[in-house]
Amino acid sequence: MSLLLNIAVDGIAYGMILFMISVGLSVTMGLMRVINLAHGAFALVGGAVAHTLILRWGLGYYVAVPLAIAVTIGSAFLSERLLFRRIYRLGELQQVLSTIGITFMVIAAVNKLLGSSLLSIPLPASLQHSLDLGFRVLPAHRLVVILAGIAVTIGLVLTLDRSRFGTRLRASVDNRNIASSLGINTDRIYAATFCLGAGLAALGGILGSELLPVDAYYPLRYMVLFLIVVSVGGMGSITGSFAAALALGVLETASRYLIPDAGTIVFFALVMALLAFRPAGLLGKA
Amino acid sequence: MTSDLQSPDQIRSWTTAVRVPLLPEAAMLTCAVAAFYAFPYDLALITRFLVMILFVLSLDLVLGYAGIATLGHAALYGTGAYAAGLFAVHVSGDPLTGLAVGAIAGAVLAFVSGLLLMRSHGLTLLMLSIAVTLICQEIANQARDLTGGADGLRGIRMEPVLGMFKFDFIGRTGYWYALAVVVVCYAVLKIVTLSPLGLSVRGIKDSAARMVAIGSPVYWRLVTVYTIGGAIAGVAGALAAQVTQLVSLEVYAFNLSAEALIMLILGGTGRLYGAVIGVLIFMTVHHVAAAVDPFNWLFIIGALILGVVFFVPSGVLGIPKAISDLFRRRDNARS
Repeated sequence: MSLLLNIAVDGIAYGMILFMISVGLSVTMGLMRVINLAHGAFALVGGAVAHTLILRWGLGYYVAVPLAIAVTIGSAFLSERLLFRRIYRLGELQQVLSTIGITFMVIAAVNKLLGSSLLSIPLPASLQHSLDLGFRVLPAHRLVVILAGIAVTIGLVLTLDRSRFGTRLRASVDNRNIASSLGINTDRIYAATFCLGAGLAALGGILGSELLPVDAYYPLRYMVLFLIVVSVGGMGSITGSFAAALALGVLETASRYLIPDAGTIVFFALVMALLAFRPAGLLGKA
Repeated sequence: MTSDLQSPDQIRSWTTAVRVPLLPEAAMLTCAVAAFYAFPYDLALITRFLVMILFVLSLDLVLGYAGIATLGHAALYGTGAYAAGLFAVHVSGDPLTGLAVGAIAGAVLAFVSGLLLMRSHGLTLLMLSIAVTLICQEIANQARDLTGGADGLRGIRMEPVLGMFKFDFIGRTGYWYALAVVVVCYAVLKIVTLSPLGLSVRGIKDSAARMVAIGSPVYWRLVTVYTIGGAIAGVAGALAAQVTQLVSLEVYAFNLSAEALIMLILGGTGRLYGAVIGVLIFMTVHHVAAAVDPFNWLFIIGALILGVVFFVPSGVLGIPKAISDLFRRRDNARS
């Protein structure tokens, strides 16, 4: 029983991290039709800035994390202006290549500035203690991660389905020309969406540093994991990404606990089987 | 620039002058032979170039000709490498049989995975091809007793090629052996791309729907081409295993697939010699950049990729055409 609970809690926390990082990717790929392999780089930038602010500059956790996310959003805005805007128009393969190129450059830059060692993000004392829920004792950090994941999901669904911005975004994606002739500034909508995705990636990267440790090679190491979440969930579907991230998080945690030797093989075999039967993912429309 | 330099006739005669049959091939072979005498102390490095050229050539068949966008080509290469390595350790050290084993292993994996992969396209295909590579890597990692796991497969001893040429310490035999294998495989690929099969997969790349409409069995054509590509990639892996006498989990690295793709795009897809040029440029930049600054070569490679994608999307070989198009457009505008 306690094993099952462990799997459930760790798996759900892991899934929430996967969701936070990859939902931005799902939005950019599904709505803007860009295969962005550099998405994990924003999680790395967020983690690296948070590490620098806390350990080198001595800022508090609750000041450093929002600041790191803000810096990441700023860098996403700049890179969207300078690079990604050109990439939207390219072919699929060119998008793959150029975003790999960007990933390489970010890795090299972080490597140069901070070295290739682990970039730890120490938790504040208030998140290090354990919570007694009556039936089980949980690390507070796990609970924060799970709550943050739920908050992000609700916020995103409300933003995209209910807000004016969401309406404009969906209109711009469905038909960019008509949307812009109706007076919607599609460039600005795209940039805002891109920054939103980058910000979420940074949040996930920082909160998830316990489960997915941050170092310079972070974007390459977990690229496949994030892409799998998106392709299993279905591009552009937030609920799909949520379901996929949770399912994959629990599945991978379970296979690590129960069959440690063949866990990865089972994991990828299941992903392949699913994609073979549903090429557009769980909730994809294409 | 004078006006008669820009006349279309001049350009046409210039481009036809370049189209001597097999001229690129002859030039490349000459360079390869010259390289042996020019860099006698770097033969191991140039042999690695040759292995990479073979690997990228097989990717060119799959991606450049048939349009199968894969990020999992390392799966075929690595399987060929492990098959040839295990064959050398447990069965026989004969190099040519080892190559055949590598080719068969690569082809079998390509056929089996191709049955699934060729049903999908776009992001799903990319994901599935990566998943195949990761499963292979994990199997090689777990089967520690057989493959040596993370330590790599050791104890590969090669017998002399054809019973006559021993592998020597500085890699002279290795170089000629690799060059011969690459030349043979290049010829095979040239024949395949000019065959009806090659022409029909080009048609599939342009428009699969049209090829279905004229009665071409699109799915099986793609599986066939992928299997041939797998055999060549398997040979490349086997060659690497034999020449370096070591196989490690690195053969299944995602970076290998990605770098092969970069080299192919760099040189230009759909032209076999483009693959060769792409490998030469990429590996030279990589080698020089890594020698100058071992930390930042990745940055230079990244910048190189971005430069290629933004400024010469059709590869280095597209530069002359881009320039002549520029002249032609100006000419049309004037008349």
